[in-house]
Amino acid sequence: MGFLKVSSPHAHGPMSTASVMRLVLLATLPGMLALTWFFGFGTIVNVLWASITALAFEALALRWRKRPIGFYLNDYSALVTAFLLGIALPPAAPFWLIMIGTGFAILICKQLYGGMGYNPFNPAMAAYVMLLISFPVQMTQWLAPKGSFAGDLLGPIEALRYCFGFGREAIDAITMATPLDVLKQNNSLLVSDLWSQSPQFGQVAGKGWEWANAGFLLGGAYLIYRRIFTWHAPLSMLAVLTLMSLFFYDGGSSASGGSPFFHLFSGATMLGAFFIVTDPVTSAVSNRGRLIYGALIGLLIYIIRVWGNYPDALAFSVLLMNFAAPFIDHFTQPRTYGHKTKGADK
Amino acid sequence: MSDISYREISLNGLWKNNPAIVQLLGLCPLLAVTGSVINALGMGLATMLVLTVSNTCVSMIRSFASDAIRLPAFVMIIAAAVTCIELLMQAFAYELFQILGIFLPLITTNCVILGRADAFACKNKVLPAMYDGFIMGAGFAVILMLLGAVREIIGTGAIFANMDLLFGEGAKAWKIVLVEDYTAVLVAILPPGAFIFTGMIIALKNIIDDGIKKREAAKTIESAPTSRRVRVTGNIS
Repeated sequence: MGFLKVSSPHAHGPMSTASVMRLVLLATLPGMLALTWFFGFGTIVNVLWASITALAFEALALRWRKRPIGFYLNDYSALVTAFLLGIALPPAAPFWLIMIGTGFAILICKQLYGGMGYNPFNPAMAAYVMLLISFPVQMTQWLAPKGSFAGDLLGPIEALRYCFGFGREAIDAITMATPLDVLKQNNSLLVSDLWSQSPQFGQVAGKGWEWANAGFLLGGAYLIYRRIFTWHAPLSMLAVLTLMSLFFYDGGSSASGGSPFFHLFSGATMLGAFFIVTDPVTSAVSNRGRLIYGALIGLLIYIIRVWGNYPDALAFSVLLMNFAAPFIDHFTQPRTYGHKTKGADK
Repeated sequence: MSDISYREISLNGLWKNNPAIVQLLGLCPLLAVTGSVINALGMGLATMLVLTVSNTCVSMIRSFASDAIRLPAFVMIIAAAVTCIELLMQAFAYELFQILGIFLPLITTNCVILGRADAFACKNKVLPAMYDGFIMGAGFAVILMLLGAVREIIGTGAIFANMDLLFGEGAKAWKIVLVEDYTAVLVAILPPGAFIFTGMIIALKNIIDDGIKKREAAKTIESAPTSRRVRVTGNIS
């Protein structure tokens, strides 16, 4: 009689990589819709073009590495990278910028290290940082949000045209400093004055930005509900960011770092907390480790945003902590079943 | 060791044991000053000269320096050579001297130089030692310039800019603009670019080496005697 020879692990997760990745893609939709509503179709064009190029680069790299192309393309991981990068880039970014970004993310940050599951750094964030330090001009051209200027938002055709370089000069007319930028440059106005004088501020943070962040928060909450990841890393990141901004708010003087609400709903906070920090490959693995990992990212985000050179800081913070993740894992190893903890021996 | 041939020294320095991409020595200048061809060339030439001079001197004193004071003596010689080169550059290529800045005196601490002094020069006669220093320096300089060229092309879209710093006014026209209206890719000129492209050059060398090895392996199989016993167990490689 034949016994099934199955080796460990005997307990399997109920979901395949592909279905997890599909859920993650689905969860980015609310935030993406908010971005489109407030900034026009640029983000959608970004994401589509990033997806096409990322899949092409992935197929190319798999072919070079003589790996099964269909199998790895079907796990949707390249698409997730493309979505995150496309969302993070300024709407209607030039096509070559997006292509260089996805190429760097897929070829260098992912496949050179051994492909899915082997990359020490989050590919989307590494590519973002590479683009930011290489092309500072193009990377800081954020569009003005709906309701802050007289013209129309980017339509789908216009966004496509700008992306592929036709009449791109016109885009300068509808770009505007982001709220994080405005707050950073401010050194003479009280926060409340700044709020009433600058058109890009909304209820608690930037116009549009607050809704985009709320959208990503919603998507993230859904992913936690579906148990795609645990609450530890996002919550500790948001908590530390809140604490830091509370501590340095100083009642809204001209030197204020911005209110906790402002920091929670500005820039890439929520996108980072739920879609980047929770990356299973590049983050810490134990729950205790994730708490530390998330907390340090929150701390770094605040430090770089307020005292650093760049207006937003998510990508830098995540990359720095990607470095530290193995180190955190080393010191937060959970007790193995059947073994005592090191301290219990003494 | 004294029967080592010049051909072998050349092959070692330029390819098989290249200081920059095989021994991975002297990475500090390799990464720091290869933003353009001219900087790389200046640094490469300086390193090559220092290496030749120090190897020659070390070889000359090799029978007088006891083991106890060997390394300090070598370092003194190297430091003296570096100071000479630095003063020469200050005299004849002042602007390049300013661009290279701290990395010129830092040649003293470049591991390639002490490495060659200790591994080759102190065991060999003067002429081979001198030649080894020259070839190792040339191997280093070639990689430096290759890296400088790649980074300059990708970073600025042009090559051979500012060559007049080393070759006089006439060299100003050497600059070749490959792409007009190029959007500068700053990452290539910044330190991360140096790491990325150095890795790629090393990978390229390994690919070429693999190809050579495979071709040689194919040759040996062809010439194998036909009456060999056929192996039926284990891994047939």
